[in-house]
Amino acid sequence: MLLKRRLAPLMLERTQPILNIERRAFMKQTLSLGALALLTGCDSIEDNTPVDRILKAMSNWNDKAQGAIFDPNKLALTYEQKDVVDPFRFNAFYGEDEVVVVAEADYKLELSGMIADKASWTLAQLRELPQQSQITRHICVEGWSLIGKWGGPSFGDFLRKVGADTTAKYVGFKCADEYFTSLDMATALHPQTTMALTFNDKTIEPRNGFPFKIRVPTKLGFKNPKHVMEIFVTNDYPGGYWENQGYNWFSGA
Amino acid sequence: MSKIGDKIKIHPLYVRIFHWINAVAMVLMIMSGWQIYNASPLFEWLEFPRSLTLGGWLGGGLQFHFAVMWVFVINLLIYFFVSILSGHYRRSMFPVTPMSILRDLGKALRGRLPHDVGHYNSVQKISYIGVIVLMLTVFLSGLAIWKSVQFQTIGLLFGGYEGARLVHFICMSLICAFIVMHLVLVAIVPSTFIPMITGWARKSAPVEKGVDHVA
Repeated sequence: MLLKRRLAPLMLERTQPILNIERRAFMKQTLSLGALALLTGCDSIEDNTPVDRILKAMSNWNDKAQGAIFDPNKLALTYEQKDVVDPFRFNAFYGEDEVVVVAEADYKLELSGMIADKASWTLAQLRELPQQSQITRHICVEGWSLIGKWGGPSFGDFLRKVGADTTAKYVGFKCADEYFTSLDMATALHPQTTMALTFNDKTIEPRNGFPFKIRVPTKLGFKNPKHVMEIFVTNDYPGGYWENQGYNWFSGA
Repeated sequence: MSKIGDKIKIHPLYVRIFHWINAVAMVLMIMSGWQIYNASPLFEWLEFPRSLTLGGWLGGGLQFHFAVMWVFVINLLIYFFVSILSGHYRRSMFPVTPMSILRDLGKALRGRLPHDVGHYNSVQKISYIGVIVLMLTVFLSGLAIWKSVQFQTIGLLFGGYEGARLVHFICMSLICAFIVMHLVLVAIVPSTFIPMITGWARKSAPVEKGVDHVA
């Protein structure tokens, strides 16, 4: 029951996520046969059965359908300060005791791909950009939801500022915890998509994504990468940690 | 309603096609839905047995749910609008009044509800109207969950995202209750089964004495 699009180049470069898949698999014991094939090093995990092929085709169709439904000007509902849940729930593919703590002094946000100005950014520089914040509902692919307040530079403004090719299809993210994911360009440019340096007006904690998390109120939670180290713009499908295991890529809200 | 000899056609072709596609789609939606539910249960006391869930894990359950939903919804909407436009609902489901429902329910409980091939009694009418409303509501609440930002107006009807989740769950539960009742009644009055395949029923078919046909 595993949906595998194309094997993302990132997946080949990095072996850590596969180890993490293994860990989660045995912890949760909820893995499909397809993912078991991945664990055993078998790379022919695509299209195991006719049912898998149909599900894959339907998930690709759902990506297109969601892209068509997506209205770049439609804003996610915003809530009141009293609705904010603080401290916010920790959620990742590993336990809270394994949270990555990025050192601010060494931190540099790297840019690559179809971006004109690839100079790296320090946190201080990001904090000098105009900031925005919203109180929105974070919806997890599992179904639960929580309201939080995230603040930081508008991601769309940032992309335009560094000369990203906004006609490209994808914006990809590589994270300090080996997580990776990608957004469609329209969602990356959505006015509420934010480089969240803060949560509830305080510097975002490591457990919630320090140095920053890309907060995307129009996507499910796993499309909101934390501890972002590198941002790249590309026309080649970058996939993602969960997406490569079968979660729908677009996963719009 | 056409007749040949002592046979009458009680289920038009489009109703039978809808019924069987819907039966399969509904089972797949419920089983994959239970998989998704288990990932983050709404109620602590309720988790569905893994053997009754579809997809193997959350990702697989979601893939099934979001693939089969197209079949379920397109099939449902075609049936719904054809039924309205063709007058099927007007002829078969209405009129139905609270008094007629109480009267027929009373008769049914006393075992005195006559079985009239090709005509629904009031209990049948309200059951079918009810399950059609439930299916339309499970569709709309599902839309509000699936695209909580794009369809936020629909979501507001249900009290927002979490409200839509609850409504979706309640509709599922009531649809399951309908399915159980439906299957039990078909088992009690098996002569109702063949017409949902062929469309034809024997007008003079012996009616099981004292058994009510609500299936």
